[in-house]
Amino acid sequence: MDELEAIKVTFFQECEELLADLEGGLLAMQDGNDDGDTVNAVFRAVHSIKGGAGAFGLEPLVRFAHVFETLLDAVRSNEVPATPDLVVTLLRASDVLADHVSSARGLGDVDEAVSASMAAELKACTDPNAAPAPAAAPVVVEAAAAPVIEAAPALIGADDALDDDDLGFDFQPMTITIDEQAADVAAAAGNVWTVSIRPKSDLYRKANETALLLRELARLGPIQATLDASALPPLEFLDAEAAYATWTVRLETDEDENAIREVFEFVDGDCDLEITRGEAVAPDAALAALLAGDAPAPAPAPVVEAFEPAPVVVEAAPEPAPAPVAAAPVVAASAPVAAPTPAAAAKTQQIEVPGPGQSVIRVDPERIDRLIDLVGELVINQAMLAQRVGEYGIAPSSNLAMGLDELEQLTREIQDSVMAIRAQPVKSVFQRMPRLVREVASMTGKQARLVMDGENTEVDKTVIERLADPITHMLRNAIDHGLESPEERKAAGKNPEGVVRLAALHRSGRIVIEVQDDGKGINRERVHSIAVKKGLISPELQLTDEEIDNLIFLPGFSTADKISDVSGRGVGMDVVKRSVQALGGRISITSRPGQGSTFSLSLPLTLAVLDGMVVDVAGETLVVPLAAIVESLRPKPEEVRPLGPVGAVLAVRDSFVPLIDVGLTLGYRDSSPPPTEGVVLLVEGEDGSRAALVADAIHGQRQVVIKSLEQNYQQVDGVAAATILGDGRVALILDVDAVISLRRREPPRPVEPTLIAAE
Amino acid sequence: MTEEIITTGERRELISFRVGDQEYCVDIMAVREIRGWSPATTLPQSPGYMRGVINLRGAVLPIMDLACRLGMPMVEPTVRSVFIVVKAGDRMIGMLVDAVSDILSITDDLVQPTPDLACDMVRSFIRGIISIDGRMISEISLDRLLPEREALAA
Repeated sequence: MDELEAIKVTFFQECEELLADLEGGLLAMQDGNDDGDTVNAVFRAVHSIKGGAGAFGLEPLVRFAHVFETLLDAVRSNEVPATPDLVVTLLRASDVLADHVSSARGLGDVDEAVSASMAAELKACTDPNAAPAPAAAPVVVEAAAAPVIEAAPALIGADDALDDDDLGFDFQPMTITIDEQAADVAAAAGNVWTVSIRPKSDLYRKANETALLLRELARLGPIQATLDASALPPLEFLDAEAAYATWTVRLETDEDENAIREVFEFVDGDCDLEITRGEAVAPDAALAALLAGDAPAPAPAPVVEAFEPAPVVVEAAPEPAPAPVAAAPVVAASAPVAAPTPAAAAKTQQIEVPGPGQSVIRVDPERIDRLIDLVGELVINQAMLAQRVGEYGIAPSSNLAMGLDELEQLTREIQDSVMAIRAQPVKSVFQRMPRLVREVASMTGKQARLVMDGENTEVDKTVIERLADPITHMLRNAIDHGLESPEERKAAGKNPEGVVRLAALHRSGRIVIEVQDDGKGINRERVHSIAVKKGLISPELQLTDEEIDNLIFLPGFSTADKISDVSGRGVGMDVVKRSVQALGGRISITSRPGQGSTFSLSLPLTLAVLDGMVVDVAGETLVVPLAAIVESLRPKPEEVRPLGPVGAVLAVRDSFVPLIDVGLTLGYRDSSPPPTEGVVLLVEGEDGSRAALVADAIHGQRQVVIKSLEQNYQQVDGVAAATILGDGRVALILDVDAVISLRRREPPRPVEPTLIAAE
Repeated sequence: MTEEIITTGERRELISFRVGDQEYCVDIMAVREIRGWSPATTLPQSPGYMRGVINLRGAVLPIMDLACRLGMPMVEPTVRSVFIVVKAGDRMIGMLVDAVSDILSITDDLVQPTPDLACDMVRSFIRGIISIDGRMISEISLDRLLPEREALAA
């Protein structure tokens, strides 16, 4: 049982990827890229989900996927044109499919009504003629009707339950309406199909067998197989691993094309398959190739038999289909026909992409984290070693010193490469966004198109996990507040469909995420008046345009006229700003009236290392995050003004900033030395409040590896994390905001031994 | 509330150590390593028994002064002081002790329940008392030793 659960987990992981592929493919189709490969990829994604789901007996998911797949199959075979409208429907269907997957996983529920109507819509698309009269219905072959290899054995069982299912799918297993269709085609051919199979070498590499395919075909009805071995090169040019043979099978069956295709389900993509109704166009010519046993095949044939499965197949074929085989006329016509084909065959041979392709390794993230820890340790160790060697006064040109230099360089490279392993493209976050945009747009009655750029920009895993929330929020805002309604847009002479652009790029060692809309831009007058009304700014204050734009980041600001379901969830842009700042990032907005706004978000590439200022406080070494520091200065006596009994402020260019002695606040010392003897770091908290932190001395700026305190201990007030410095000792990283708020709690909490019993 | 003493015949090994003039021990399975004392980085806003944190091969390891934790006076560590790195729950911590003395092999029926002591706190840290060769060795209950995370994460 556990094993099954484990496989299920893997299945859901794959589903995630498949859903992403599905959506990616559909988006590519939306951009007009609807070539066969893309459509096939989309089809395969849905098909694989259905197959896996069937194996686990996830019936609602199977049912929906089946309807979806049927439509995609029709698109794939060009029965249904891939119009933009259809692609939009398909995209929505992919959302519902994702819901089904989540629901099967036990996360959230599927809106049955939505699912049912979506399914009905898909069916209508699949067979437009049937649409008006749903009872007359869907082109669905009952899987059970054909004893065909089906990826999901459970599916067959699932179909039985379809009649009375609660989803309202009326997909009664009916053996397909081939007869009617056939009637159109002209009854001449009756129920004869011609299937041409040209296996690629991959087919054999994956341990598939043409013989089995032929046997399966034979189950559908009497078959007549002819082998075209004309592409077979002379022995000296023969590649034992390659596939040269082509089969043409004449099949008489009452089944429809889908049933025939299902036979080839397992070799999808590994062979060129052509299924046509009726007799082969030029049967006589096709007979160039002959049936196995009697093949007057060129001399090499028997030799090949020893190496390659292909020819063996030929012998196997007749067994399951005893009757009609003999009908294949043994014509020694190979010579004339063979002439033109080899060239063509050789050509396709070249195009065929061989083998394994790009392989991806799945690694437990913990192993990578461990590796990163170890490399961090290596870096520290190397620094310590260099320091020791320096202390011994060894000449820089000596072998030892030069070896150390090389070691340092190597260490850096290792560190960079290891960090690169953990770096991931932002794609994983971006690909969730199209759906969000669709949903928000439909909820707000706006038309929006998402354009994404730079999805492959890489950033550390630690950052990626925390990008989703701010991006989600910015996109919601852009659609809900930024874009106008289609009518307004038309009135303004714009395309009724608004464009929202989401882009990621690297800029000076940071990642920048931009969300840009082509909406109306920020209504500065209104923003200003709201800010005044809410008492956030004084009415007299003269603000620049930019300053007004940034008012939306103030806590307690919300411009939405009415609280909408979308962005009025009580979470304003101030929350976004704070969460971004907590990551050491910045957010800003630029806006041009009538042309739209751009939010731009800049974050460090990793949360594993941090740029910090190393300072001394009361004999302890502390690291202050560089992102928080505005400037550092040595205060002059006249700039320090006492305020109240113990407090003091620092005059910085006409403003007064509270002075905070870090040593006192953290409890390292009981009384603070005069600030003029130390160094002051002017810092800005996440809420924009400023403070002047007093330290004893500054050691300089350094990149440090962030180590968690919580892992083995717990969070400590005033400390964000820890790091290890070059001397091998732990230094604490200051939590600037916590220090500021600690200071507000006067008097500083005395540090006394407190004994806390667990009870 | 003392823990149930399970009387099984199975043998366990314990590492015993000295804190002041008293002897304590912990289950050897919880011990990761024993290291010589090195100066720790002080943690602000922390209880007095937390000596600070040190770098243990790249991990930040909190060091607890066991004497202080048990309510005895704090003694400055000497060159002979050691800390025992133990795993308590999902956390690793170093316990500063005066010296490691022995490895004991006992069965659980040698463990006597902790007698009623004046100090409930100390009782809650002690799993039981073992008497060997006239020595009294108290077994530390590791999961009680570290403060609850939630309790202090103010």
